[in-house]
Amino acid sequence: MSNEKKSKESFLARIRKSPLFLPIIALILVMAVNIIHDAATGANPLGFFIIRLQNTTSNGTILYGRIIDILNRGSEAAILALGMTLVVSSSAGTDISVGSVMSLSASFCCMLLAGYGVSSTNELAVPLFVGILGGLLMGCVCGCFNGFLVAHLHIQPMVATLILYSAARAIGLLLCNDLIVYIRNGSYGIFGSFIGPIPTPFIITAICVCVLSIVLKKTALGLYIQSVGINSKASRIAGLNSKRIIFLTYVICGLFAGIAGIVNSSRITSADSNNIGLYLEMDAILAVALGGNSLGGGKFSLAGSIVGAYTIQAITTTLYALGVSTDQAPVFKAIIVIIIVAIQSPPIKAYLRKRNAAKEVARV
Amino acid sequence: MEESVVLTARGISMTFPGVKALEDVDFTLRKGEIHALMGENGAGKSTLIKCLTGINDFEAGEIHIDGIEGPVRNHSTKDAQDVGISTVYQEVNLCPNLSVAENLFIGREPLTKIKTVDRRQYYKRAAMLMDDLGIAVDVSQNLENYSLAVQQMVAIARAVDMECKVLILDEPTSSLDDEEVEKLFGLMRMLKNKGVGIIFVTHFLEQVYAVCDRITVLRNGKLVGEYKVEDLPRLKLVAAMMGKDFDDLAKIKSDTAGKRSDEVIISAQGLSHTGTVKPFDLDVHKGEVVGVGGLLGSGRSELVRTIYGADKANTGTLKVKGQEVKINQPIDAMNKGMGLLPDDRKAEGIIEDMSVKDNIILALQAKNGMFKLLSPAQQNEIADKYIDILSIKTPSRDTLVKQLSGGNQQKVILARWLATDPDFLILDEPTRGIDVGTKTEIQKLVLQLAEEGKSIMFISSEISEMIRTCSRMVIMRDGAKVGEIDEDLTEDHVMKVIAGGKENE
Repeated sequence: MSNEKKSKESFLARIRKSPLFLPIIALILVMAVNIIHDAATGANPLGFFIIRLQNTTSNGTILYGRIIDILNRGSEAAILALGMTLVVSSSAGTDISVGSVMSLSASFCCMLLAGYGVSSTNELAVPLFVGILGGLLMGCVCGCFNGFLVAHLHIQPMVATLILYSAARAIGLLLCNDLIVYIRNGSYGIFGSFIGPIPTPFIITAICVCVLSIVLKKTALGLYIQSVGINSKASRIAGLNSKRIIFLTYVICGLFAGIAGIVNSSRITSADSNNIGLYLEMDAILAVALGGNSLGGGKFSLAGSIVGAYTIQAITTTLYALGVSTDQAPVFKAIIVIIIVAIQSPPIKAYLRKRNAAKEVARV
Repeated sequence: MEESVVLTARGISMTFPGVKALEDVDFTLRKGEIHALMGENGAGKSTLIKCLTGINDFEAGEIHIDGIEGPVRNHSTKDAQDVGISTVYQEVNLCPNLSVAENLFIGREPLTKIKTVDRRQYYKRAAMLMDDLGIAVDVSQNLENYSLAVQQMVAIARAVDMECKVLILDEPTSSLDDEEVEKLFGLMRMLKNKGVGIIFVTHFLEQVYAVCDRITVLRNGKLVGEYKVEDLPRLKLVAAMMGKDFDDLAKIKSDTAGKRSDEVIISAQGLSHTGTVKPFDLDVHKGEVVGVGGLLGSGRSELVRTIYGADKANTGTLKVKGQEVKINQPIDAMNKGMGLLPDDRKAEGIIEDMSVKDNIILALQAKNGMFKLLSPAQQNEIADKYIDILSIKTPSRDTLVKQLSGGNQQKVILARWLATDPDFLILDEPTRGIDVGTKTEIQKLVLQLAEEGKSIMFISSEISEMIRTCSRMVIMRDGAKVGEIDEDLTEDHVMKVIAGGKENE
């Protein structure tokens, strides 16, 4: 029996040592707040988790529930967080232009679909896939620009990406002739609505996660990125082309920003340059940090970043469910984020470890 | 304490995990002398200096300073400054974007009666100080407008103005040209006449003879002795640093000498890297071990880095197996069958936050390219194979490499290169900072690899190691290749070539 207990303890210990332990705990805590609130107000305590089918006039029968809402609404941040994770790992810096690049990609896509200077269209000017490819390409081009500045000119990532952070939205407006371009053709809206009962943004996110995971698993990209991020000098001596690898991570980040931009614009079936992806770069960076990744570069956990992104969305959804007004929500969001980040900070981790050790000693 | 003695250190001992860095070292500095602290890499020079300046906390021993009762124990550089010990390092620790005057008085600005900074006094005092020391600068200009030499002198002026009795110059001349060095020496002599005791750490032998009065030599953390400059000619100094009594020359002949294959693997013609290595010619044959001798800073590492493309060659041509190759970066050299184990293990060798396995497969994976990922089974097999062959002591292949000891980290990097199966392997100080047992293992391995037909370039600060393993040696001095020794490969001969100059200087 003592043996059994031992193995059980080591299993718990193993979970506790996993880098995903704290991010997941944070997510569970946020869920717990929902349960407590629901119980206190007399509603079904598990209301948070209930998923049911609901008929809607616009989308037919769809899945409905708070969890679904989080998975749906958190998609853009999760997609951005994927690219951001790689950028942080390889260059120990952040790409703060992703929100603006989202907007530019969406604008370019919609401009292609509607034709230049057209503010509202029912007929697509070019086939849908051409517009989408154009938008994704625009994201990649922005990524190349950022990557060139960071990898080849050695400009600090924050400064290098600040350029597109401020310029990309304006370029988008230029492309759209200062108009909000509406695509009133139903086919474009599909990326922001539902396929069958499942939200399309979630499906797209899942595909992005799978593709990137497979690339990282089947090629040496992950090893290269981490190696360059930890010690770029030593990596160079060992034969890696640090510049090319850092460049590549920015291009990937730009591509994901393009995808997120099209998803976001498809939700509103228009290219609203001023609002698409607004402040989303901050959520993406925060997602990486909440996922337990060091913003100092090096080792990374993709899963951590995704959990981080959905945690942020869970906080937002929870606050709305608690009846906090939109104006005050950022205050509470900030408080929760501070707590989560503090729990993962080295001094507090060290303190917890010390307390655990003291307890063990006391038990013996 | 003697009348003129300003600092004495007695019986200083200090241990780092696994290494005895200093063992019972004595050091005496007199007023108005320039005292060279000499020793090879890892001899304990910087450890001793760090003990004096409060960066290291020594375990045993006492430090006494003139005018202060009882033993002194510094816990920070601030403490050291308070008792009159100031240090100027190779890299200038000042703010380039502030003016010379501001740099001189940072943290101790002259104040007016109402405790605001007294600007007028500021510049007047700064100008006076610089005048006093004969440094011609405009004190209101930003420091970055001046050469490194002037910046260094400003750092020294700052130290002197803080009423220092002991000035430590830690390799101040490494990045200066001849003229600048001369200026610095002028300043040092002037301070000496004012009664400041100066500890001068350098790797340049000529400079020791140009300015110093006394020399203290350390080796392997132990005191070899204190000498007057005139009693210790250049050759004897080299011998003292390298730990060979000059009369006690073992006649070790390498077995591989004279058995040189005709096949030339590497052939360099006029290869150079601006600022570090002057143009050199070099042939390396199949299956031979070529040593590169010379003091640190003589261009040993730079020579091999230029061949490997770690520093891109500015002139000259390189042929590999008779074919001319263009090497822009290390991967090009790797694709031609080269490998380089760099001398700075921490900065350029290990990827510390990665596992032993990842560190071992890294170079092979880089060579294979991104899309040909070694399968997990292959990775484990390679890692296990080299952990076994090199008997790397690690709890598992997934242990982070930073958790291993220095010697085992070195073996991991060695494994990284062996995994790529190179024809030409450069080992830059593979035995530095590791225990004696591992040192011997690595030397044996070098000989074994040569027997298998690989060509090796081997650099070590310990000449005896190279004599034992190399069939030929290239000697470097001041960035130039000054000689090749393939016959009479004995320590006295090698040391004579290294020391250069007139033999009885």
